[in-house]
Amino acid sequence: MTHAPDPGTAPTTADVEARLRAAGPAPGARPRVPTRAVDGADVGFAVLGTDLGRVLLAAGPDDALLACSFVPDDDAVERALRRLAAAVSPRVVEAPGRTAAAADQLAEYLAGDRRAFDVPVDLALATPFQRAVLGHLAGVGFGDLTTYGALARGLGRPTASRAVGAALGANPVCVVLPCHRVVASSGALTGYAGGLAAKRRLLDLETARADLHNSSAGEGADG
Amino acid sequence: MTAPPFALLVERHAGDVARLARALAGPVDGDDVAQQAWAQALAAYPPPGGLRDPRAWLLVVTSRCATDVHRARARRAVPVDPADGVPDRPAPGADPADGELPGADPELWAALRRLPPRQRQAVALRYVADLDHAALARALGTTPGATRRLVSDGLATLRRELAPLPAPPPDPHDDARQETP
Repeated sequence: MTHAPDPGTAPTTADVEARLRAAGPAPGARPRVPTRAVDGADVGFAVLGTDLGRVLLAAGPDDALLACSFVPDDDAVERALRRLAAAVSPRVVEAPGRTAAAADQLAEYLAGDRRAFDVPVDLALATPFQRAVLGHLAGVGFGDLTTYGALARGLGRPTASRAVGAALGANPVCVVLPCHRVVASSGALTGYAGGLAAKRRLLDLETARADLHNSSAGEGADG
Repeated sequence: MTAPPFALLVERHAGDVARLARALAGPVDGDDVAQQAWAQALAAYPPPGGLRDPRAWLLVVTSRCATDVHRARARRAVPVDPADGVPDRPAPGADPADGELPGADPELWAALRRLPPRQRQAVALRYVADLDHAALARALGTTPGATRRLVSDGLATLRRELAPLPAPPPDPHDDARQETP
């Protein structure tokens, strides 16, 4: 196939077809994110690299935080986006500006410079029971621990500690809603969406900071 | 079935949208056209009838945006008095910016952009976007028979336009030049 036909002759139709198919701008290059196409999106998300691994943050129409999930690979990102599309709206776009406040607070928290999050949270991804369980986490402060059984009793369902565990496992807003502060009654760390190493790390971070806080009263580490 | 998250459409089809936009509008306006196409697609997403073929839908939105840009350009163009001796259509050569694209075929894209709008859309959607005639007919609101006609007419014009010099493409507005042997 030649792109330069003999002088004086028009290229054949097949030539022109081949050039049309072949000679477009390089299709392989990773496209720029269409940054202007974010107005009117119902959900904006960003994927961050953190000490705990990749984390997806998503904010809803009123900029409340819908998701803070661990997304180790691209399949996990896709699953998280599909969950948002089904539960909130398919108008989901990458828009880091929408989640910037949460991203900043998460970074501060992981650096040990913040003890509480004050971004609005939207539990649209949670079932009513999950919402009730996650609501009880508000009483478990930085550096504290509780157990599945204690949470179940707090909900008035003392035999439901397994269901409580499952509800915490489905926490759509990890770290910000501190399901990592819930352990088995033996004190053992059980499952965590981000992996047990991440749970250990979060608890160590909080223990170290809480000790520091207790030993040096007056150090204003409150976030 | 719920519509997939818009971000997945972007991830999967941004390359095709950019390619079609640039082919139809040139490398400079092409980026604008692609941006507009994404904004319009998001505004209309998800389309009320559901989406059988998201890629075809996006590419049709893109080709409409490119046509709009073309029209807007034509309206903005400063009319030139032929008495000034200034050519009233661009030289048949390439838009110099086309050459900045890796793998671009500037002569071809310039010729494509001189086709009448329906032919231009049909040829680009057929070959650059690889839509079949059924999808093409839906996009252009006509029949597959009519889109075959548009495509073959467009290809015939491109063949003539791409014939190498020194046979300059005939210019119906310039009778004087046609007298030279």
